[in-house]
Amino acid sequence: MIFLSDVRKSYATNHGAFEVLSGVNLTIHPGEKIGILGKNGAGKSTLVRLLSGAERPSGGAVIRKMSVSWPIAFGGAFQTTLTGMDNVRFICRVYNRDEANARSYVDSLAELGRFLDEPVRTYSSGMRARLAFALSMLVEFDCFLIDEVVAVGDLRFHQKCEAELFEKRKDRAMVIVSHNEAYIKSHCTRCAVLSNGVLTAYENVDEALFYYQNING
Amino acid sequence: MSINETAHSNIYLRSSINVQRRVVFALLMREILTRYGRHNIGFLWLFIEPMVFTIGITVLWTVTRTVHGSSIPITAFAVTGYSSVLLWRNMPSRTILSIIPNLSLMYHRNVRPIDVFLSRLILEAAGATTSFIVLSLLFNFVGWMDPPQDILMVLLGWGLLAWFGSALAICLGALSELSEIVDKIWHPIAYLLFPLSGAAFSVDLLPPAGREFLLYFPMVNGVEIVREGYFGSNYTAHYDLGYTAAFCLVLSLCGLAFERHMSAKVTPE
Repeated sequence: MIFLSDVRKSYATNHGAFEVLSGVNLTIHPGEKIGILGKNGAGKSTLVRLLSGAERPSGGAVIRKMSVSWPIAFGGAFQTTLTGMDNVRFICRVYNRDEANARSYVDSLAELGRFLDEPVRTYSSGMRARLAFALSMLVEFDCFLIDEVVAVGDLRFHQKCEAELFEKRKDRAMVIVSHNEAYIKSHCTRCAVLSNGVLTAYENVDEALFYYQNING
Repeated sequence: MSINETAHSNIYLRSSINVQRRVVFALLMREILTRYGRHNIGFLWLFIEPMVFTIGITVLWTVTRTVHGSSIPITAFAVTGYSSVLLWRNMPSRTILSIIPNLSLMYHRNVRPIDVFLSRLILEAAGATTSFIVLSLLFNFVGWMDPPQDILMVLLGWGLLAWFGSALAICLGALSELSEIVDKIWHPIAYLLFPLSGAAFSVDLLPPAGREFLLYFPMVNGVEIVREGYFGSNYTAHYDLGYTAAFCLVLSLCGLAFERHMSAKVTPE
């Protein structure tokens, strides 16, 4: 389980403190898939970073009783001057995974072939997305944090993501951040809407979508 | 605390230490690759770079016959002095503004600013130490330098210098993320501290008032201890071990406090 209790987060700006989250409460149970909806700048990525522990809340508490992935977004978290394989080794070292098997596993998912030994800066955005995804599947977590999965990649890659996440790891909890309502609807068991720093959770995805459309309209 | 809780917290502590060890190692390997690459002599630059510096200074001081005012051979004087400066002075230069280029790694919960600092400090210490050892062996082999008289004493002085450098580096590394001034002002300060570092002179030569003033600087104490270990009775060293250790301890605590304050503000890209 993961508990968010009255979580607040504010950032210093040139015009004083800016509160992104003002008292967010959420409980994530094992195995459940929660969609997070919110407009641009509503604080979805901030929420995900707080869940992952990459950032600390300004107030309130984040309690993790299960292992939580880093935010799986298909861009960042690389050292681009290093090769794909260097990045694989880094993840293996940090998360205590066997390096010997990692190469073939990543290669089977990312299909980068000999480019795995080239610097990441030479990769196309699709190749980076595939590597990022393969890296995050290298470590098994109880809860995966998924930020805008459907944004990149071709159909084949999309199908691989679906199989890895929603078939092979269907027993895991997932927090899915997306603007794509159809995607949330087809994958999530419940849904929460982030607006004005407050998270409103709905047991029913349709209800959340209805509320989201109203605040958007 | 009950026995059960103590056992529990021991397990937590041990697994935390394991996580930190893995993260620091991962960052270290990554740092070697980004800094030195895989081409030509690669990570050998780690100690060849400080070696080249020290050899340059040794040659310069020998040629100009810089007066250092003791009967110690100039080569040995330069090697002990300049290696010591490189050890502590390069450490802050490596930690200042080291977090921003590593922000994308902070996506991983267990990768924290202190790990970036530690990995860079270990590399820096390893480079300076290897350079010092290789040069001592080399000059000893060609007969320009005698082996140290008291290796433990040399180690003590060297260890204190590394401690001072690390503590200073963690302080400045943490503060540099909070204010740009730290980076701007460190370069002139590092330059100006050289004459006060004890590398280019012997404290014994100074009048008592000057000695007293200089011994407020922990690095002067460190170099003096290294030289006492190296030259033994041929050298009159002045230092205050208790003061130096206390200074380093307080500086370390300040550094950890600054790091804690700074790391709470870190936002991954």
